[in-house]
Amino acid sequence: MSEKISGIAASAGIAIAKAFVLQNPELTIERKSISDSASEIDRFEAALNVSKEELSVIKEKANNELGEDKAAIFAAHLLVLSDPELVDAVKQKIENEKVNAEAAMDDVSSMFINMFESMDNEYMKERAADIRDVSKRVLAHLLNVTFTTPASITEEVVILAEDLTPSDTAQLNRNFVKGFATDIGGRTSHSAIMSRSMEIPAVVGTKTITENVENGVMVIIDGLDGHVIVNPTEDEIATYEEKQKQYQKQKAEWAKLVNEKTFSSDSVQVELAANIGTPADVKGVLENGAEGVGLYRTEFLYMGRDQLPTEEEQFKAYSEVLQKMEGKPVVIRTLDIGGDKELPYLNLPKELNPFLGFRAIRLCLEEQDIFRTQLRALLRASQYGNLKIMFPMIATLGEFRAAKAILLEEKEKLISEGIEVSESIEVGIMVEIPSTAVMADTFAKEVDFFSIGTNDLIQYTMAADRMNEQVSYLYQPYNPAILRLVKMVIDAAHKEGKWAGMCGEMAGDPIAIPILLGLGLDEFSMSATSVLPARSQILGLSKEKISAHMDEVLQMETMEDVVKFAEENF
Amino acid sequence: MAEKTFKVTSESGIHARPATTLVNQAGQFSSDITLDYNGKSVNLKSIMGVMSLGIQQGSSIVIKAEGSDADEAIAALENVMKKEGLGE
Repeated sequence: MSEKISGIAASAGIAIAKAFVLQNPELTIERKSISDSASEIDRFEAALNVSKEELSVIKEKANNELGEDKAAIFAAHLLVLSDPELVDAVKQKIENEKVNAEAAMDDVSSMFINMFESMDNEYMKERAADIRDVSKRVLAHLLNVTFTTPASITEEVVILAEDLTPSDTAQLNRNFVKGFATDIGGRTSHSAIMSRSMEIPAVVGTKTITENVENGVMVIIDGLDGHVIVNPTEDEIATYEEKQKQYQKQKAEWAKLVNEKTFSSDSVQVELAANIGTPADVKGVLENGAEGVGLYRTEFLYMGRDQLPTEEEQFKAYSEVLQKMEGKPVVIRTLDIGGDKELPYLNLPKELNPFLGFRAIRLCLEEQDIFRTQLRALLRASQYGNLKIMFPMIATLGEFRAAKAILLEEKEKLISEGIEVSESIEVGIMVEIPSTAVMADTFAKEVDFFSIGTNDLIQYTMAADRMNEQVSYLYQPYNPAILRLVKMVIDAAHKEGKWAGMCGEMAGDPIAIPILLGLGLDEFSMSATSVLPARSQILGLSKEKISAHMDEVLQMETMEDVVKFAEENF
Repeated sequence: MAEKTFKVTSESGIHARPATTLVNQAGQFSSDITLDYNGKSVNLKSIMGVMSLGIQQGSSIVIKAEGSDADEAIAALENVMKKEGLGE
């Protein structure tokens, strides 16, 4: 019997393959007395060696697919397994205390884990997790328990997991992983965003998928409608293969629009841009026909490492993106760290309300060394393309002025050092705080552009933590309150002859697109894979007709009314 | 026995990545190699030992080697310190 489990459609497409359940292994350690310590030490060494071989393979793979930078962590893991302090201590314990290898390994590694965890430094505390990872691998081998990591997959599968961490996704092999489904998460969680940029079908937030499915069972992931079919019948497989074919056909239709500009049916032009996180994403941007980069999240340069990126590293990344985009606009957002994105090596204090706390521009204006280094790198890169600089989380005009003053100072310094800087860099802000949306008319006199960050604008307007599933019903992009704010921002920009864009998930949402077009949005920035469907949709929309309905829409009482009206009329 | 004192110049002290290179290099030699910092001495072939010191920028460290290839070890480690921009 097949079973249908529903979740949130996170990335379009259909995947049909065997399930690979990614689980933390059950490691129950029994302490036993042993008599033959020599053979117990042999057993320990064998487990160490197998673990080292596995890690070497993972390291090689990470090296080839993700670069030396991301592979460095596995080099450190390998060294832990060769660490004489660990290896000798375990052997001595087996020898002197006559305990089994599992217990000895567990004792010694726990000692190290505790030592690192008790250090007064976030970075060191994270290293405890590294040691735990490595120890688990060795213990799993000693206990003959299968230790699964995404890197060990060598056949076509769909991955089922509670959630996928950044390091899990970094190890996914796109040739083998056809799709995935997770228990937790929403459309904007890390795993969902990753699935879209990797262009593999995904369903998140199923709540129970890992409980319901065993390894090797056939599974269909329907990333179009957000379903997972477990143990499908042959008929169901045929149905979904047909659905997949239809989707491929539609994709082929979309592909014809790849080199086209974006016009509505009444010939109003808008710009469709893509959001990126790393220079490697530019490939997808161009393949999907985006007309620019509407949001380059620079945080990724700072994450997954143990120190700040240098000016040179940043310059390389920014200029690479600008060059590859060949003069098309590239909006680069300055560091937006804090909130749900932590940098352990900055040693920032824990906050009760990180989303309302010391993050993004607030942090940059305080930690000016970090900010200035980034601005210098951006300014130096500016001559390689069409750069626009965007400050995140601006709440007051004072913040914008302070940030811009620092930018101009660094620009002057560079020019006096004889370094060329583009003279036509636009400087704008992200509108994600309600105060800024309300004051948009004032901001519009000083900024060159607005980009509305809807994910945060919605959470701040509705006062609903977007990481908290219990208040997720308040995540209402089509709520008239949000639409009115969006309208205020667009109108304010146009009044001063500036442009207004949007770089949140909403910009690529088929229900929101007609409304945003009607409100006069100039630039839509979305996941690269949404660009062609959006272009195709806009081709069939008349801006004039939709605009005529906007007053009515903005006067509606609830989100449900708006959605109903949009579905029936646009 | 050979030894050499270094001043750590790297902005973030000696963290995972450079520590890995240092420990890997130390592991190539048969000599016993230690690193002294702030009154503590650890085995330089132990990644966890080195990491646990949390060595900061501006501090001074002493690397000591004892054994048949002590001089070569110190020379090689000095090279790593410089090449990785850790210290001088």
